Amino acid sequence: MTAARPADSRKFRAAREDQWRRLEEILNQAEKRSVRKLSDEDLLALPILYRGALSSLSVARETSLDHELVTYLEGLCARAYFFVYGVRTSARQRLAAFFRADLPAAVRGLWRETLVALTLTLIGALTGYLLVSGDSSWYGAFVPEQLAGGRGFGASAETLRDTLYHDQGGQGLGFFATFLFTHNSGVAIWAFALGFAFGVPTALLLIQTGAMMGAFVALFASRGLGEELGGWLIIHGSSEILAIVLAGAAGFRIGWSVVFPGERTRLASASLGGTKAALVMGGVVVMLLVAGLLEGFGRQLILIDWIRYAIGLSMLLLWCVYFYLPRRAANG
Amino acid sequence: MAEIVLRRGADAERKRSLVTPEGVDLSLSLADAGQRISAFAIDLMVMFGALIALILVLVGLLLLLLGLGTPAVEFLAIVGLLGFFLLRNFYFALMEMGPRAATFGKRALGLRVVARSGDRLTADRVIVRNMMREIEFYLPVSFLVYNSATGGEEVAWTLAGIVWTGVFLFFPLFNTDRLRVGDLLAGTWVISAPRRTLSADLFQRETRPAKPNEVEGEAGAGAAPAFVFTEAQLDVYGVYELQTLERVLREGRYDKIATVADAIRAKIDMAHDGGEDYLFLRAYYDASRARMERGLLFGKRREDKHDR
Repeated sequence: MTAARPADSRKFRAAREDQWRRLEEILNQAEKRSVRKLSDEDLLALPILYRGALSSLSVARETSLDHELVTYLEGLCARAYFFVYGVRTSARQRLAAFFRADLPAAVRGLWRETLVALTLTLIGALTGYLLVSGDSSWYGAFVPEQLAGGRGFGASAETLRDTLYHDQGGQGLGFFATFLFTHNSGVAIWAFALGFAFGVPTALLLIQTGAMMGAFVALFASRGLGEELGGWLIIHGSSEILAIVLAGAAGFRIGWSVVFPGERTRLASASLGGTKAALVMGGVVVMLLVAGLLEGFGRQLILIDWIRYAIGLSMLLLWCVYFYLPRRAANG
Repeated sequence: MAEIVLRRGADAERKRSLVTPEGVDLSLSLADAGQRISAFAIDLMVMFGALIALILVLVGLLLLLLGLGTPAVEFLAIVGLLGFFLLRNFYFALMEMGPRAATFGKRALGLRVVARSGDRLTADRVIVRNMMREIEFYLPVSFLVYNSATGGEEVAWTLAGIVWTGVFLFFPLFNTDRLRVGDLLAGTWVISAPRRTLSADLFQRETRPAKPNEVEGEAGAGAAPAFVFTEAQLDVYGVYELQTLERVLREGRYDKIATVADAIRAKIDMAHDGGEDYLFLRAYYDASRARMERGLLFGKRREDKHDR
């Protein structure tokens, strides 16, 4: 067409295009399946091709005016960068490290917040107990109809005793337990997620959960069923309440890092607190799962009070040892 | 040329620099609000579809097991409820922990989640980011559903719910990085990194795109007329205009090509040769790109026509 053609940038592209395409192919494969499916040859070539593409990008930016070429290389390099510097540990290794070291360390790191959350829950429980023992009309304020499941001051001592040993009678106990599990996980997640609003909603949620428990105790104690209720609650409650308290503690950590960022910017502080707290939340979900199993099956099958107490208390001991027992630092 | 002018300012606003350990700036571009919303809508549909599939399978099993009575029904209800729980809490997190760091919706739009610091995207970041979704989206929705199901007795509560949703919904629009509250806490952001394929260099493409009423093969059969441009004519524009011209040529839309060709002819004071606009533009593009790239080698770069 015309005599003048940008021969240099065209040669530049022709000389390297094959390598870019090879890198693209390797990335396509790696992203589609897993790293392990790549052949040794490709794995060895990857870092070299990636750095080659980076150098092509810097050359192209300086010497080529082909906009499409530059955007293509930018995209290719970004994909390769995220892959080369991305997560390399397998999910199994990651999980093992999480349960062996990360989770207990994260929980220990939150001990102050955990104490605050525990205190708030206990205050809630005490308030609930005292208020409902004094005036039973408070009961409805603390325990939502949905969760009460017929356990109210209108019920006789006999019916109440029944609910402790054959909950829900014939109508779907397992379903009820699952419902409670999803409900309680919701409470835990909200206690965590609401923490960023300076922790205020988290505190309210913890107090409310405590108050509900206190109201329950007051109701059953007024019929002389306190001890039996203890067994009914503790078998799963030791895991569940601890989980909710820990979730609240994680929420407080976020709230705290937003309000008092220290030397960091508020944003950086919030994100640091958030990622620390998230580890704890991973553990909370597991604890809730355990609690759900104990609630759904353990409580249904085990009807003897002292065994219920034994299981509940040993679960509590187990969690405490797991989280708080000092241990040697992991190698490296 | 007005309608073809690219939104250069908007483009630059979305660029964020990320310098690799090798010292090259990748200049990532952030996903815009529209892409984020569409991706989320697709994800919701995926989850909804999965839930419906789960329910259908369960109903099918239910019909088979009907003879077994309540325990079977109860078991299915448990599986259903747990399935919903897992889907709601882990769909996003598990997908974003994968090598693509994106859910199906994000993949469809070429988005991915990235740590703002440029570090690895760790699992805890993904978990925080998605747990916040619980209060950003699920809480207000379940609240509104609950309220309307129970008759919505209090208007004030409904209003409060709508305000709450609004605060989180529009949060990304009020910060320059388009961060959700979850992104803010997790230290992540969502970038647009679509898979691009490298199309041929314009120089290598000898045929012009087909006209609307033309068979593809016939295009470009005619002999290319020779154009001669003076240096003054080639120096009219800068890099920005050249790349705009590149886009017009690649798009190959004849109405645009005609507009641009007329504009350039007027600018460089050249008479219409009676030939094809496309060929004229190609010749002008080739010549001025060659001249500008030569200039680049000597450290001369003109960003646009106003850059002297």
